[in-house]
Amino acid sequence: MDGLVQFQRQLVDYTASLFHEGFLDEQFNQLQQLQDESNPDFVVEVVSLFFEDSERLLNELAKSLDQQSVDFKRIDAHVHQLKGSSSSIGAQRVQKVCIAFRNYCDEQNTEGCLKCLQQVKHEYSLVKTKLETLFKLEQQVLAAGGSIPLPI
Amino acid sequence: MEGGSGGSCSSMEKVMGNYGDQPHVLAVDDNLIDRKLVEKLLKNSSCKVTTAENGLKALEYLGLGVDGRNKLDTNVSKMNLIITDYCMPGMTGYELLKKIKESSIMKEVPVVIMSSENIPTRITKCLEEGAQMFMLKPLKQSDVKKLRSDLMSCRR
Repeated sequence: MDGLVQFQRQLVDYTASLFHEGFLDEQFNQLQQLQDESNPDFVVEVVSLFFEDSERLLNELAKSLDQQSVDFKRIDAHVHQLKGSSSSIGAQRVQKVCIAFRNYCDEQNTEGCLKCLQQVKHEYSLVKTKLETLFKLEQQVLAAGGSIPLPI
Repeated sequence: MEGGSGGSCSSMEKVMGNYGDQPHVLAVDDNLIDRKLVEKLLKNSSCKVTTAENGLKALEYLGLGVDGRNKLDTNVSKMNLIITDYCMPGMTGYELLKKIKESSIMKEVPVVIMSSENIPTRITKCLEEGAQMFMLKPLKQSDVKKLRSDLMSCRR
């Protein structure tokens, strides 16, 4: 029983820290609230889609910025997608960089865009690690016989 | 800024009246994550959901040819609501809305536009073109529940 309480405590604390540090926002809570018995892996499924989609977009962005003649419209379209998905899952810090990124696209500023690409890759990699850790902590709770508390 | 209802209750009644408890909704969005989300939100509100990834596929599903002419086996009798993203490559949600409103068979079906951008002129343009409602993304469960109950309140 001690183990379970320990794991639950860890999960609650870790989740709180992710919100506190701005990695996640309220939209992530919305996602968790959508999960139910008919779809118990909903959050993991959506987040996995987000990982796949983001990696694809980041690759496209790197390629586009590497061209002789930079196609800012194309880059903006990709960043718009990334901004949308990160917003939809509550990945706040990724979303914020996307906003700055789009401004540089509007200005047709290649340097600025390259800087933002580095930033967004960094933020993406951070939130990916954090979310994977969060899911592992959830698994621990479940394996110890507990259940995941719903966000308030 | 959310739009108020643009359509009259009785025209919505005609379309919504016979769906039993599960309205059939067509959700259109080019973003994969958003499609999955809106589908879940709608299913949680007891809707049957079909998704489309762009305007052309949506029109195909609805049985509307791109040239505006209607094909024979349409899904119109089964469609109770269309909810579409505004920013999509190729055909925007606004253009899709126009095509639907221009169609003699589909124009009664309520269309809701979603967007991550809160641009008043965009919102007005959509409402003037006949959109039932404009919703800001990311959508929350409460937004969809409200939408569902707004549609329900037109049923007698």
